[in-house]
Amino acid sequence: MTALRDATPALRTPDPKPVKKSRFRRDRSLLLMVIPAVLLLIVFNYVPMFGTATAFQRYSIYAGFWHSPWSGLETFRQLFSDPYFWSALGNTLELSLIQLIFYFPIPIALALLLHSIMSTKVRTIVQSVVYLPHFFSWVLAVTIFQQMLGGAGALNQFLRQHDLGTFDVMTNPDTFALLVTSQVIWKEAGWGIIVFLAALAAIDTQLYEAAAADGAGRWRRLWHITLPGIRGVIVLMLVLRLGNVLTVGFEQMLIQRGAVGRDAAEVLDTYAYYYGVVNANFSLGAAASLFKGVLSLLFLLAANKIAHLLGEDGLYRR
Amino acid sequence: MTVVTPLADPNRRASNRPNWEEPPTAAGQTGKGIVLFLVVAVVAIPLWMVLLTSVSTQSAVNRAGGMVLVPDGVTFEAYRQIFTNQLVMHSLVVSLGITIVGTLVSMVVTILCAYGLSRHGSFAHRPILLLLVATMFFSGGIIPTFLVVSALGGYDSYWSMILPTAVSVFNILVVRAFFSNTAQDLIDAAAIDGAGEWRTLWSVVLPTSRAVTAVVALFYAVGYWNTFFNALLFLPDNQKWPLQMVIYTYTLQGNAMPGTGQNTTGQYFGTQEITPLAIQMAVVTLTLIPILLVYPFVQRHFTKGVLLGAIKG
Repeated sequence: MTALRDATPALRTPDPKPVKKSRFRRDRSLLLMVIPAVLLLIVFNYVPMFGTATAFQRYSIYAGFWHSPWSGLETFRQLFSDPYFWSALGNTLELSLIQLIFYFPIPIALALLLHSIMSTKVRTIVQSVVYLPHFFSWVLAVTIFQQMLGGAGALNQFLRQHDLGTFDVMTNPDTFALLVTSQVIWKEAGWGIIVFLAALAAIDTQLYEAAAADGAGRWRRLWHITLPGIRGVIVLMLVLRLGNVLTVGFEQMLIQRGAVGRDAAEVLDTYAYYYGVVNANFSLGAAASLFKGVLSLLFLLAANKIAHLLGEDGLYRR
Repeated sequence: MTVVTPLADPNRRASNRPNWEEPPTAAGQTGKGIVLFLVVAVVAIPLWMVLLTSVSTQSAVNRAGGMVLVPDGVTFEAYRQIFTNQLVMHSLVVSLGITIVGTLVSMVVTILCAYGLSRHGSFAHRPILLLLVATMFFSGGIIPTFLVVSALGGYDSYWSMILPTAVSVFNILVVRAFFSNTAQDLIDAAAIDGAGEWRTLWSVVLPTSRAVTAVVALFYAVGYWNTFFNALLFLPDNQKWPLQMVIYTYTLQGNAMPGTGQNTTGQYFGTQEITPLAIQMAVVTLTLIPILLVYPFVQRHFTKGVLLGAIKG
């Protein structure tokens, strides 16, 4: 795209490198348009980013940011000696790993399945339905799960009516990881196929035709054309997922933490929220968030590096 | 393309299948059919049960033992109840207000920023882009954001539902990618005709970008409609709550809803022909309806909008 743009003689820029001052004058309305977004990002993203400095303070809401005493690494010492923090970190990693194994392949498989359906009508109907839950809030999704699988939900109505005993998945800490994963699958797997469908549609059909002419059957075409064709997107999604390995649906956890208990449902984000906002230990909450933010960034960069080593683009082209 | 259209072959039924591909096996077709049917059912059946339970009579709910799968007795009493319930109606107005105002703010900011950054070689567009993208990979987290918004007076105030989440960098990138693809000749022609940047954006670029603006507007609107955590964080008073908070408190947590005749244990008293479950499901349905109404109109643009954003990565 960029190359194409360069090749087009742009009337607006007769000189490819005009003097800085005149470029500023020429583009000042463009810059004016950028201001609102940049201002909002500075106030609500960059200021809080520097506000993580409260992690190195003994923050008091009365003294405020400027007058709270600095405490060095004391907050982190406190954080790392809290067994609940390690339990939250453990839960986060466990849930992430389970979702990586059980959620990640599903959109790919569904996309392959849907791509192989020839009827446009069937495809459209299925797509319309499975995209839908992505647009529901977690409150709504969990409410629906509760009405289906909860103690008074449809599943247990059925079990009770047939004298099969009851099983309340919604409050059972032992099965919580599976519950959370199935919720993520229900809500997001459908929407997840969209990017793989796009990648599938971009594969040159002549490749398939040539392979079929050479006698490659359905499965060999899948293995030698389809999968290599979407490899790049799969790797990209994997990199993004690994970068988010410390993020497991915050609202999803938050609203179910009460029902299953903190031993099973506390993750790094809810830990930060409960310690920071609910218990008003702002410095500790900020420290937990900072720990998570830095580690996530490192994970993302590492995953991206691995993608590059595998010869894929990852987040950006080298 | 050298692919012969399927209809050209009289021995084959009309199908999109290219004729180099082997005909599907019966087993394969059945298997795919079953899987797709199950996938659709898993999404559709719970929604159906929510809708149906919200319009079911008390005896229907009792006979089913809870959620209703097969239509039994139908009444709109639950809707009469929630439409006369001050708390629910107020939260509906709040949710609608946040969604409409928020989406407008977000769209204006996003479109302007995306256009401002879409011109190749414009002044400082690279550093600004970097400034934007950096926020996707590192954030201050909940606590500092909470402290900043509170310090600015966002506590107990509606703007804290909108401004902190008004800009989505992802959406800006999606729109920007689309704008960059607007034919340069069109933009140049507008410039020759003496149109400034604002005029070009309004009269040339926007009219050719309806698909992407529709999709992004839906993303924003859904985000605002689903506002939950910010409300939990910043709105202590249930008189200011949006719908999601009402569902969370009165359906998920099972607290008694003021003004519905439920007592604190969630049991119902009085001679009513409606159960609390039906009322709860009616509120859930109420939050589903706007999404279900807007969704079909925007859905066909999804691939376009999301695809571009994905490629941009």
